[in-house]
Amino acid sequence: MRHHMCLLAATVALPFLAQPSWANMVYVSNEKGNSVTVVDSQTMEVVKTIDVGQRPRGITISPDGKIVYVCASDDDTVQMIDTSTGEIIGSLPSGPDPELFTLSPDGKTLYIANEDDNLVTVIDVESKGVIAEIPVGVEPEGMGVSPDGKTIVNTSETTNMAHFIDTSTHEITDNVLVDSRPRYAQFKPDGSEVWVSAEIGGTVSVIDNKTRTVTHKITFEIQGLRSEQIQPVGIRISADGKKAYIALGPANRVAVVNTETYTVEKYVLVGQRVWQLAFMPDGKSIISTNGLSNDITFIDTETDEPIKSVTVGQLPWGVAVSPN
Amino acid sequence: MNGLVMKSTVPNTLTFLFGFFLLFVNVSELSAQQSTTNQTAKPIVDIRIGYLRAYEPQLALSVLDIPPRDEGVAGANVAINDNNTTGKFLGQQFTLDITETKFNADLTSAFKEMVARGDRFILTDVSAKQLLAIADLAKDAGVLLFNVGSTDDILREEECRSNIFHTAPTRSMLADGLAQYLVWKQWRKWVLLYGSHDNDKLYADAIRRAATRFGATIVEERLYEDNGTARRTDSGVVLVQQQMPVFTQNLPEHDVVIVADESEVFGSYVPYRTWTPRPVAGTAGLVASSWHPASEQWGGVQIQNRFAKTTGRRMLSKDMQAWTAVRILGEAVTRAKSAETKQVEDYIKSDEFSIAAFKGQKLSFRNWNWQLRQPILIGDGHSVVSTSPQTGFLHQFSELDTLGVDRPETKCKLK
Repeated sequence: MRHHMCLLAATVALPFLAQPSWANMVYVSNEKGNSVTVVDSQTMEVVKTIDVGQRPRGITISPDGKIVYVCASDDDTVQMIDTSTGEIIGSLPSGPDPELFTLSPDGKTLYIANEDDNLVTVIDVESKGVIAEIPVGVEPEGMGVSPDGKTIVNTSETTNMAHFIDTSTHEITDNVLVDSRPRYAQFKPDGSEVWVSAEIGGTVSVIDNKTRTVTHKITFEIQGLRSEQIQPVGIRISADGKKAYIALGPANRVAVVNTETYTVEKYVLVGQRVWQLAFMPDGKSIISTNGLSNDITFIDTETDEPIKSVTVGQLPWGVAVSPN
Repeated sequence: MNGLVMKSTVPNTLTFLFGFFLLFVNVSELSAQQSTTNQTAKPIVDIRIGYLRAYEPQLALSVLDIPPRDEGVAGANVAINDNNTTGKFLGQQFTLDITETKFNADLTSAFKEMVARGDRFILTDVSAKQLLAIADLAKDAGVLLFNVGSTDDILREEECRSNIFHTAPTRSMLADGLAQYLVWKQWRKWVLLYGSHDNDKLYADAIRRAATRFGATIVEERLYEDNGTARRTDSGVVLVQQQMPVFTQNLPEHDVVIVADESEVFGSYVPYRTWTPRPVAGTAGLVASSWHPASEQWGGVQIQNRFAKTTGRRMLSKDMQAWTAVRILGEAVTRAKSAETKQVEDYIKSDEFSIAAFKGQKLSFRNWNWQLRQPILIGDGHSVVSTSPQTGFLHQFSELDTLGVDRPETKCKLK
């Protein structure tokens, strides 16, 4: 959602960090390294490592590309990094143990999953104030926002539900049961569907956003791997809505799914324990974080072949790409 | 017998749950057409889970190993909270009904009272003998039992029952998990030191079986006879420690010393006191278990934090076994859309069933004896050293079935 908005902004490239205008900065949170690695998308080389708080996991970037937000889970805070200087310029109150969050399409509101307290915390980015705390299921994790910003979806890992929350009232309107340990929620760019991954269940549930019911369930099968090893986590859907990329955790692969037929067309071998994904703003490549091999992989979205892996910090978790 | 049966007075975190009893609603109100949306007001369905426990204060060689007063029960309570957090979206209210008896007590009347109170799902932390004495009563009463305490293989083998699910691992699963790690380490020559009590001998049997199964050799066995003076509070303790070097003298060449002392008579005194410097494993030193208080992998941090916050202590294996049993019931009631025993049982016994329990993969039941398949953690008192099954131990159906008695060799005939 954020990414296709960013496509518009990408044409107005600004020379941050004195980089050539066609390069984007890739920000990777390293869960065990307590750092964020900055990779130049053009040269595919590490340009900077920024020390952050403890156990950085969820990471996202403002629509204007100026601020990177990182969940420092063990420090119970969300840190803000100025992308022009690479310095931490402040923090947001996050509630305890923030793991994943999502930024509203206008960049003004941050929705944070607080794993330890079964809450979703809503933060006004400008005033740094807590707007609301919404009780959800056990171990809230995945956070998705609809393209129109009207709905957020939170997944709770032990309750095994996707909670649909109305952003105007901060009330839960629907609870949709999915498979075991739902990890991530991603809206289709047209807002018609929400895709929810279930790590232990080994499936991705496709939820119709109108009826709020599961209409399709995507399963995975890889020769030579047991079903238990296939654990879907991060999901990204292309701006044209035609292809979905799903990180399969310890299966070490990214699945490429046709969104019309809901079938897997390809498995791309990347690195060990593939966790999250992010598109480049031009949509021509997608980046995976490979936790156990301490690297990220650039995948060409035309051929769906890996282009290159780049070593980052210890246990890379999340990834965000600057829109400019 | 009634004098031995009491409503638990386990304090703090447990007591507030009893308040929920006031919310009693007939179980049958959980209708099949129950929607997953929560906006319409739904009748609240009360699901009572019994917890039948044989408890007596126990000593251990190290004060750190004395079982907490609420061991197991605390795990069940955390899972009750988890189920109720989910339940508030579905109109489900879970309550825990705890009954404590003594070791070796006759459980018949306690069990009947639980059934009379409406418990149809009962967790048990009792001996194999006690459990078997109520198994058929439970069947007649339409009660499903969840063994969260006993590791006795016989409950899954000769004496298996179709109405008992086991979330506790068996001794053979524990021994196999340990053996796989030792063999992977190439520590293949073992010395076995075992205690004189029945459970010590059963553990030693499981070790012998594991050695044969995974290609290790037990080069010598020694029995340590309990003469009743080993305990921490006895002055004999000093003597037992001093005996250990001599007890392990003149052994043939070996890589590792395996201790089989579930009764806590001498085992904890073996590490660092052997005649020759060798690592110690088994019931002391490197120990195989269903959970470890320091396990943080696979989202384990979350359950550990939740547990520590609620109980004020770290989570132990029995806590995890009870947590898993209560979560299985929560999951089954939700997925089966019914709190009726039959529907819940059918769901748990179906191919669709699986449960997530912070062990990196889904867990399911072996349909030939209703034992929960699960990875086994290998750890010392301080940290998790490894998790079995080890890489390379293959199986045609599930690698988890390389742990414990497998389908082709089972003696279980489910009735």
